[in-house]
Amino acid sequence: MTGEPLVVVDRVRKSFHSTPVLNGISFEVSAGEVCCIIGPSGSGKTTLLRCINRLEKIDGGMIYVAGRPVGVAVHGAKLHEMRPRELAGQRRDIGMVFQSFNLFAHKTVLANLIEAPVIVKRTPRKTAIADARVLLARVGLADKADAYPDQLSGGQQQRVAIARSLAMNPELMLFDEPTSALDPELVGEVLAVMKDLAEDGMTMIVVTHEMGFARDVADKVIFMDAGDIVETGSAAEVLGNPTHPRTRSFLARVS
Amino acid sequence: MYSHATKPGAGEPVGQLDAKDIVKTPRPMQWVGTVIALLLASMFLHMLITNANLQWRVVGQYLFSHTILSGIALTLELTLLAMLVGLAIGIVVAVMRLSGNVLLQQISLAWIWFFRGIPPLVQLIFWYNLASLVSSVSVGVPYGPTFLSWQTNSLITPFTAALLGLAFTESAYAAEMIRAGIQAVNRGQVEAAHSLGMTGGQAMRRIVLPQALRIVIPPIGNDTISMLKFTSLVSVLALPDLLYSAQEIYARTYQTIPLLLVATLWYLVLTTVLTVVEHFIERRLRRGHGGGPAATAIRPASRWRLMPGWPGSVRKAAP
Repeated sequence: MTGEPLVVVDRVRKSFHSTPVLNGISFEVSAGEVCCIIGPSGSGKTTLLRCINRLEKIDGGMIYVAGRPVGVAVHGAKLHEMRPRELAGQRRDIGMVFQSFNLFAHKTVLANLIEAPVIVKRTPRKTAIADARVLLARVGLADKADAYPDQLSGGQQQRVAIARSLAMNPELMLFDEPTSALDPELVGEVLAVMKDLAEDGMTMIVVTHEMGFARDVADKVIFMDAGDIVETGSAAEVLGNPTHPRTRSFLARVS
Repeated sequence: MYSHATKPGAGEPVGQLDAKDIVKTPRPMQWVGTVIALLLASMFLHMLITNANLQWRVVGQYLFSHTILSGIALTLELTLLAMLVGLAIGIVVAVMRLSGNVLLQQISLAWIWFFRGIPPLVQLIFWYNLASLVSSVSVGVPYGPTFLSWQTNSLITPFTAALLGLAFTESAYAAEMIRAGIQAVNRGQVEAAHSLGMTGGQAMRRIVLPQALRIVIPPIGNDTISMLKFTSLVSVLALPDLLYSAQEIYARTYQTIPLLLVATLWYLVLTTVLTVVEHFIERRLRRGHGGGPAATAIRPASRWRLMPGWPGSVRKAAP
């Protein structure tokens, strides 16, 4: 299952103004792998995730998805920023789920799902609607197609957001603390959808505080602190038998 | 608990007092005020009924006359067109202002500064006299040959002059409103659109603008009401709107006051209708879906602003 690395993060550096946030991060994620990034708040994990689809620009290093540098066009020895249209094309294949859902507030659930396929991919409307209904059924919300986001619970909104990303048929899914804004009793339904997705072979990078999810689903766990990767390994290694004192003290605090 | 006994009412035994026995506190001054207000109102009504100069019979005679009704049609037409053109330009100017392009930003700032700074009446007259400044308008290569040419006098009719003046002024205010609306749309909406592979333009057209316009519908309704009143300025260009039609009649008949009353009554009717329409739209938006909390975030005190004042003069008093 794990062959070519789908995502390569190579010596990535980033700072906001003069505050360093990422100090040369490197790791790889293979196709079909689930990679969970954990760490205390302010450790840079969300920023790192947002760099992967270039919602944030990086100051140094390079990120590759499916072999192509993200957001950067290579002309011989010269590097340029990609044209907006080209970057948009690259982002089609990278789904992202946000902590605050970010469903399009003025559109129904179904309209949220078909928006990007119809507008970006020019999928015929009928096809897009049929695909959307399948996806809604998959996340257990077939009956909510005509609801507006503000009529749904947080958990339902987040499941719609996942389905909306999947509608573009991405080869990689990024999850930015997908359950952090949810009431505790709603966390389970979202994690179940994500678990289902992982079992289906989707490549996923998940920034999360859900240690249980990381333990059950992750092929690889990365522990970040203060802009550095402190420890990487399988879930059993990093969560069950951490070697670094910073990892240990973090795990002791969250569990 | 030694202080307990010194408090007023401390002597009352628990169990005797009951909030349901509270009676209204007498307010004698309110009664005095009411009497004075009623007195003034009755004096005013008495004047309306007994003052022969008002000539209510003449008012009734002209209220539905053909001249007045066609004046109303022109007033409404100008209001609608000026708002549509103003909003269309306003959207473009607002998007330019928020674009990352410094040149576009400066152009948009200059546009807003210019058209917000000139009284609409001055603009109307200026546009009307454009021919004295530029005698013809041509399409061609700058400083080179021209392909098409029009006489300014045939291009700028009183109607186009009026429309340009009103629409351009509105566009400057609309731009500021729409900019605020765009900025009120959650940043996450754009990020979500980007993450799905939309370009900036697609995200703006499909995701941000629809939500921003929803937010600015109440102030736009407000501006429409103000616009209706400001169309009366076009009477200086001899455009037969509601006011000019009334003036036209009293210039012939010298029945100045009754015809001004006709115009006044119609303006009140029209603004009232628009206010009611706006009220319903606002209520629908508040109740409706998809507006989210943002749709109710900007709540102008618009319903109370029938007082004259250029669109947004209250909202944007502090620059």
